[in-house]
Amino acid sequence: MKAANAKLSMRDISIEFPGVKALSNVDFDLESGQIRALIGANGAGKSTLMKVLSGVNSHYSGKIFIDGEECEIRSPKAAKNLGIEIVYQEVDVALVPYLTVGENIMLNTLANKMEKKQTVNWNYIRKTAKEALARLEMDIDIRKTVSELSLAEKQMVLIARAVVEECKFLILDEPTAPLSNTETENFFKIVRNLAQTENVGIVFISHRLAELFEICEHITIMKDGMVVKDMPITKELTIKQIVEYMLGRKFDENYPKQTVEIGDVLLDVNGLTERDNKVKNIDLNVRKGEIVALAGLVGAGKTELCKTLFGAYRSCSGDVTLNGKKITPKNPTQAVSRGLALVPEERRKEGVLVTDPLYANITISSLNKFLSKIRFVSKSRQREAARTKINELGIKTPSENQAVALLSGGNQQKVVVGKWLVSDSEIYIFDEPTKGVDVGAKRDIFQLIEGLAAKGKGVIYASCEFSEILAIADRVYVMFDGEIVKEMNVKDTNEKELLYYSTGGR
Amino acid sequence: MGNASKTVKKSSVMDFTTKWGTLLTIAVMVIVFSITMPTFMTAANMVTIIRAVCIVTVIATGMTISLTVNGLDLSVGSTATFANTVCMTFFVWYSFGDNVGSSLLAILMTIIICTVIAGINALLIVKLRIPDMLATLSTMFMFEGVAMTYAGGGAINENMMRPDGSTAEGQVPDFFREIGKEPWIIIVMLVLVLLVFLFLTYTKHGRYMYAVGGNPEAARLSGINVQKYRALAYLMSTVLASIGGMLIGARVGNAQINSGTPYLMGSVAAAHIGMSVAGVGKPNALGTLAGAILIGVLENGLIMASVPYYAVNIFKGAVLAIALALNYARKK
Repeated sequence: MKAANAKLSMRDISIEFPGVKALSNVDFDLESGQIRALIGANGAGKSTLMKVLSGVNSHYSGKIFIDGEECEIRSPKAAKNLGIEIVYQEVDVALVPYLTVGENIMLNTLANKMEKKQTVNWNYIRKTAKEALARLEMDIDIRKTVSELSLAEKQMVLIARAVVEECKFLILDEPTAPLSNTETENFFKIVRNLAQTENVGIVFISHRLAELFEICEHITIMKDGMVVKDMPITKELTIKQIVEYMLGRKFDENYPKQTVEIGDVLLDVNGLTERDNKVKNIDLNVRKGEIVALAGLVGAGKTELCKTLFGAYRSCSGDVTLNGKKITPKNPTQAVSRGLALVPEERRKEGVLVTDPLYANITISSLNKFLSKIRFVSKSRQREAARTKINELGIKTPSENQAVALLSGGNQQKVVVGKWLVSDSEIYIFDEPTKGVDVGAKRDIFQLIEGLAAKGKGVIYASCEFSEILAIADRVYVMFDGEIVKEMNVKDTNEKELLYYSTGGR
Repeated sequence: MGNASKTVKKSSVMDFTTKWGTLLTIAVMVIVFSITMPTFMTAANMVTIIRAVCIVTVIATGMTISLTVNGLDLSVGSTATFANTVCMTFFVWYSFGDNVGSSLLAILMTIIICTVIAGINALLIVKLRIPDMLATLSTMFMFEGVAMTYAGGGAINENMMRPDGSTAEGQVPDFFREIGKEPWIIIVMLVLVLLVFLFLTYTKHGRYMYAVGGNPEAARLSGINVQKYRALAYLMSTVLASIGGMLIGARVGNAQINSGTPYLMGSVAAAHIGMSVAGVGKPNALGTLAGAILIGVLENGLIMASVPYYAVNIFKGAVLAIALALNYARKK
């Protein structure tokens, strides 16, 4: 079943999204049997490029050749027909949970290669699925339903599906991020097998730089939508060198950080572990007036840590102490009443009630403060408080009655922040607060955060934008794989070092 | 160590009960009822139970198909009423029952007219993107009203008085009434259950429906026409509901106002109980049959045990809650 040799070349690929040029004049090559690493910092354009190759981003310009023959990839189906398959990190997107492993492996075949046949030949389905798993030396019972599988096994099902499709090129988008060490080792065996015996060309996207040396022969490094380096992986190459190439844009200006006197320890976290091990053994502390950053790449566990601290994910061991009192929250309600506030990453989904007016949003966490004598909520006092906050935070809105959905991203973020300012918490947790926010609003948000610190509050600031962390934080914890791997003072470190530790360097 | 083996044991016991809970419950109920009531375990009573669940089973298999695409067809009860009414008027008002050929034509036309309902359901759900349950809730009201308006606000009987004062002359054909009695009603039900089972398990269309219901995005990216299969599922659901409606007519020989309505909740219950049967974990026709029989045995036994009819629903509701708890606890 060895596929014939093939050569894929992408030439001069550019793509634009409203307001951003996501890729500019990118060249990319891949050959049968080759395993090529594709890396870059967040936003460098790796995923965008691979989405062009898999037909999801169909409005690209430039040319794609297979064996010297030009081809158009304008739909996922076109990509599939050319033998290009992609396994996304979110494996559940592509699987039907209550069907069996066998049927899931054969889903594309069932959907596209039945032609006039009306009935399903179950023996054939089972046999072919079993053979595909055997070829890849995977050990999964094909009669199990997919909902019973582990994440690693789900990935294998998708890879097996690609093999059944006789794919020539396979894109693996951060496949190892959710895997344990043994699972990763096993996974590598399968990937090597796929390249050597099946002669499949593989693109391997990963943030774990160390493992690239183990599995890849070539490396393509991207930065700001361009390929900056394309080279074979040799013994002489080091993680430090790769990091040099990856380093992204700097925060546009030198942000003048306010100096605040830092007081006693306010929040102390000891050995906190999330029930499903999303974050493990977290030790950290925050002092009065201090801004503590959680640095890490996407998927490092920052959001999970914020949510565990806030009680939105359940912890199974460890504790959280605030002002010397144990407060380990079991749910967000407890967290709020005990003095924590979270500004979540997914603003529209988790942070605001988009269809409600601004004043309702800004007072939602502290309605107790707006009760009239007969315990009814007083709208006029809500409005009054909202007007004060609009001025304080510089929210750009025609009035406090505006629906939040109609505000810009930055102003929405200010509403979320404002909501917690009204409620008077002790510890403020910000999860990627500058995501999708323009530069002006970014500045405002920074000032807001500093204002909180100046009032003696403690701030936790989670971000993957290292330049921003360097601009605003006092101290930084670097996260990798759900654990804190390094603690540093911001003035003693730099972006390079942060990236080094975030990618698994030690 | 001891602790670990205990949890393994506990989970396997839990597994067993969730897998076989429905069948186990039926068995336990049958045993208890036959010990306490000697008349329960007689051939005649068994036939009574099966016969009683035939109509609800047919309608519930339609419901099962709508569940496979992760929908829920609330209009099945009204569809059954509508089919019952239309079919009866063909016989009674327009004398289609005079010979076998035209009787069959009447039955066929009834099914075709009912597919209009499916068309409206599909339009609301697939084109206008109203959530399934709400769309079929509206069509439920609509067709209840249409059936009643068409019937002139009353029941359809042989020899009924027409609005113009004349007497309707048509008769309900004998073979049609025969279908409403055992063994034919049971045979019709079993054949339909088997056909739906085969369709869902062995044809590509059935498998596509499961894929669509399980993960529409994965189905779409695999090249399955998601909207087409959602529409098809509602079409099949409607056809089965209209057959169920005609079986009501065959059983009682007339069309009462809202005759199909009581079957809606029974079929929702049967189809949902059926999901957990044998640990399949998804809607399936054989499970639905088991679910319907469970409800049938329960009802029959309780009534024989002289539980007043108005209290039977308490037990029915409780059994449904337990069956659903077993199914959803497993998913967690």
